[in-house]
This record gives sequence, C-alpha cells and structure tokens, in this order.
Amino acid sequence: MIEGILVEGLLYAIMVLGVFITFRILDFPDLTVDGSFPLGAAIFASMVTAGADPWLAVSVALLGGVLAGLCTAAIHTYLKVPNLLAGILTMTMLWSINIRVMGNRPNLQLIRQSTILRNLVDVLGGGVGQEWVLLGFFVVLVLVIKILLDIFFHTDLGLTLGALGNNPQMVISSGVNPANLKFIGVGLSNGLVALSGAFSAQFLGFADVNLGQGIIIAGLASVMIGEFLLRSNRIFFLTLRVILGSILFRGIMYLGRYYGYYVGLTPNDLKLITGLLIIVSLIITQTKKAPGPRKKSGGPANA
Amino acid sequence: MLELKNITQVFHPGTVNENIALQDISLSIARGEFVTIIGSNGAGKSTLFNSISGTFLPTSGEVRLHDRNVTKEPEYKRAQHIGRIFQNPLLGTAGNMSLEDNMVMAMNKGFKGLKISLNTTLRDSFREQLVPLQMGLEYRLRDNVGLLSGGQRQALTLLMMVMSRPDLILLDEHTAALDPKNAEIVLELTLGYIRQYDITAMMITHNMHHAIAIGDRLLMMDKGEIILDIRGEEKRSLTVEKLVRKFQEIRKTELKNDEMLLS
Ligand SMILES: Nc1ncnc2c1ncn2[C@@H]1O[C@H](COP(=O)(O)OP(=O)(O)OP(=O)(O)O)[C@@H](O)[C@H]1O
Ligand SMILES: [Mg+2]
Repeated sequence: MIEGILVEGLLYAIMVLGVFITFRILDFPDLTVDGSFPLGAAIFASMVTAGADPWLAVSVALLGGVLAGLCTAAIHTYLKVPNLLAGILTMTMLWSINIRVMGNRPNLQLIRQSTILRNLVDVLGGGVGQEWVLLGFFVVLVLVIKILLDIFFHTDLGLTLGALGNNPQMVISSGVNPANLKFIGVGLSNGLVALSGAFSAQFLGFADVNLGQGIIIAGLASVMIGEFLLRSNRIFFLTLRVILGSILFRGIMYLGRYYGYYVGLTPNDLKLITGLLIIVSLIITQTKKAPGPRKKSGGPANA
Repeated sequence: MLELKNITQVFHPGTVNENIALQDISLSIARGEFVTIIGSNGAGKSTLFNSISGTFLPTSGEVRLHDRNVTKEPEYKRAQHIGRIFQNPLLGTAGNMSLEDNMVMAMNKGFKGLKISLNTTLRDSFREQLVPLQMGLEYRLRDNVGLLSGGQRQALTLLMMVMSRPDLILLDEHTAALDPKNAEIVLELTLGYIRQYDITAMMITHNMHHAIAIGDRLLMMDKGEIILDIRGEEKRSLTVEKLVRKFQEIRKTELKNDEMLLS
C-alpha cells in the first residue's frame, strides 16, 4: 500500500512541479494542464501502439505538452486574453485534438505494447516486487527532473523567471521581455505535465481523453499541502516540498478511497474532498497570515 | 542625449474621462545633466517619465535617445539604457528572492541565458559594493529582500540600478516613502553615485528645497506642461521665494503651498 502511494505521488509529482511553476512562480493560473496531461498520455499511447520506441514516445509527449503551453502563452500575449481564459481555450481545443491523436478514439488500451515501465518490470521484476521496481524508477526520474529544475532556476534566465510572478516591473527594468518569460515558463510547465501524463498512461495501462479531468485541482491541492510542510525561499526546498505535497495528497486520496467506504464515501466523492482540501488550506493560510497590505494578485484582470 | 519632441499624452481620449496628461512637451537633456522636476499632484511628472521609459506609447510626438527614434521601442528594450526608481520601494526588487539573486538580475541588462553567474567571486564583489551603503547588507546576501526595511530596499534598488551603468536615470520621488533619516541617506547615496559615475539624471521631488539645491537644471510642471526651465547661473541663485514669484507671474494664480512647499 505505502509503495503504491509513493509511486502515485511521484508519478503525479512531475505534473505538480509543472503546476507549481505556473501558479506559484509565474503567478499565471494556467488551466491548460487539464488538456496537456491527457495529451501526453494520448501521444505516448498512440506512438507505442504504432510501434515507436517508448523513450521516443515519451520525448514527443513532452514536446507536445510544451507546444500546448506555447499555444496558451501565445493566445494570452498576442490576443491580450486573460491568462485563465487562454488556458481554458487551449484545454478545450486539446480535448478534440487528443481524440484525433488516438485515432478518433476516446481511449487507447496498452495491453501488449512495450512501455518503459513494463520493460523495466520485465527485466528487474523477478527478485523484488513489481511495485518496488516502479518505485525505484520514479524516485530516480523525479529526482533527475527536480535537480534539473533546481539548476535551471539558478541560471540567470531561471532567476529572472522566478522574479516575474513577484515583480513584473523589475523584470522589465532588467531589460527582459516578460512575454518571452511567460512562453518559456508555461511551455516548460506543460511539458512536465504531459510527461507525467505519458507515464500515467503506462502506469494505468491505457490513455483516456478524460484522464485530465480535475488534474489542475489535484495539482493545486498538492502544491498547497506541500507549503504547510516546509518554509523556505531556496528553490531546492521549494521543489522538494512540491514532491512531498504530491505524495501526501495521494496518501489522503488513498485514505479517502479505502476508509471513506466506512463512512459512506464513494470514489465519486474524491473531487469534492479535493476541493474541500484546497478550501481548508486557503482558510488556514489566510488566518495564519498577519493582516497587512497584500501584493496584488495577478488574477484574471492581469491580461 | 535625450530629446522629446512635441509629446502629447491623452488618457481615455474621446470619453468623458478624457485627460490630457502631457501637452505638447518638447525637452532636450544633455549628457551629464542633472535635472530636478517639481510640480503639484497630477501635473504629469510621472507621465513624463512613463513616456521617456516607454511604459505607454505617447498619443503623439517623438522620443529620441542617443539620436535614435525610440518612440515605438518597448519599455524592456529602453531599460537597457534607462534606469528607473519608483516611489514604492517594492517595485525595484523581487521580495521573494535573496539579495544576491536580485543583484545578479540587475547586473547585466537584456536577455538572460542559461548561465549560472553567481559564484564566490561575484558574491565578494556584491559584498564590496554593498559596504558603502553602510546598512550592513553585505552580511545579508542570502536574506530575502522582503525582509529589508523600506530604506534598505530603496538603497539596494539604487545600487542595483547603478550596477548596470545606465546612461540615464529617472528618479520618481524615490525617497518620498521613507522616514526622514532614511530619505536623507538614500538621497546622499543617489547624489554620490550620480557624481561618481557621471550619470545623466532626472529627479522628481516634492521638496522644493531639494529641487533648488540639487542638480543643475530645474523644471516645473503644471497641468501637463513644463512652465519653468531654469538652469545655469539663474538656477544657482534660485531661492524658494524667487521660484514662487515666477510661478505666480506665469500662472497668475496663488501657488498652493500645501504640497509644494514641503519641509
Ligand atoms: N495610466 C493612466 N490612465 C489614466 N490616467 C492617468 C494614467 N496615469 C496618469 N494619469 C492621469 O494623468 C495625470 C498626470 O498624472 P501623473 O501621475 O503624471 O502626475 P504626477 O505629476 O506624477 O503627480 P504626483 O505628484 O501625484 O505623482 C493625472 O490626472 C492622472 O490621473
Ligand atoms: Mg507621480
């Protein structure tokens, strides 16, 4: 059970890292995610079904996510559409695109196809259990992604990206076009989300056009839970707590699924629980914060 | 080095809210000049800076920098040559990031690559540059800027602006939000840097004494126009009384003392 939660937590942590980049670092609430997650799954499933190498399929899935993010950033920047609406537009269009990607089907089973996870289990799964092989793989994968992100946010470009959500004027003053940073940030974020989607298709054994439903809310809940665990301004800890938050969130969902049964909860109630989790987190952070002038939020009005 | 030709800025044109913030302003600033600007609230001082730095496209007119027409150039591009400090100390730095990270960003203007600039040598150089501020910031490189006081933060903003060696700096009441002691410190630092690096500077202030005592040229704005432009010997011999009299001669009204005659 615990290894199952960890695997799920790590698998989704890749997506949560993406959500963290847009919501927290860029202050760009990006709803593309609900479409780019299944996009990653769809691209992966249809490519391996067509006989492509699974690593190639994963790379193309990531690239597809980046493109989806660029699309949202372009709508937002060039058409001066509020970021929320730009994300919803892309997400809606992706629903149709995802069905096209899977050959005009709403889902695609991965029964016999060779996937990265299946190959790994085939090679290593004999001695230890299959779950432990997956856990080992995801620990390595998520760590590599985390470290690459940490390095990126230490570069001059990454630092400037980190300032954008906090102080766009300063970014302009330092001679950088904020629009370019949004392209980079939203692209990177959705690339990660699609990558997470591609691995979730392997984990679940299928890709489905509805796989993305509620992903953004799950991601946001994970980010917020993580923020209760650690306080820091160091990117090392910021990305670490995102990962821990994702694991904890999956743990809570697991409890909801297994023990909720006794209090009459069904899996259909999980979305409600997730939403309530976010509301509770918001209430706790609001009451914890000393009253005072708040930074104006870059909400929908910030087109 | 800077030239404004017939700049007009109208907000909400054609509506009931139509507001002419700048009216046919022509102005030429020479290299090394230090200009102070005074004027009542809403006179158009900040809007003048906005048109110089490219925050808005002027309704009509031309902005020339180094003999180049930059009227249509976006603000982030012009920022390569122009440094700007606002009244609000929060606008100059990213509060959620450390001093050193902020300084890295300010150091080289223009597009940032995938280079990790911050290293021991650079940290040492940052410390060295922070010492003259005499605020102990050299020991706080890793602290979040959000933890600094308004005065410390504005002093840091000043240093960060100077680090990129701008050709022109625009100071918009940059000491107005500070307590008198910090305001004095930040102003002294400002004057020191301007002298040390021979920077061309424009400074908006509501302090008439400062406007008279500092710099080598004084502009007074009113209702979107530059109504006084005093320099040279006339500027050196200027007093508050003379300035008030001049204003009355031009506008044929009493100068509202409340906001202009601070301190
Ligand atoms: N973005 C804007 N949209 C609409 N009107 C504006 C805008 N910016 C400035 N104005 C208007 O232009 C006029 C000049 O404003 P500006 O901020 O330049 O005055 P100021 O001289 O800097 O005043 P203060 O001393 O109060 O800072 C004011 O009437 C103001 O309301
Ligand atoms: Mg002003």
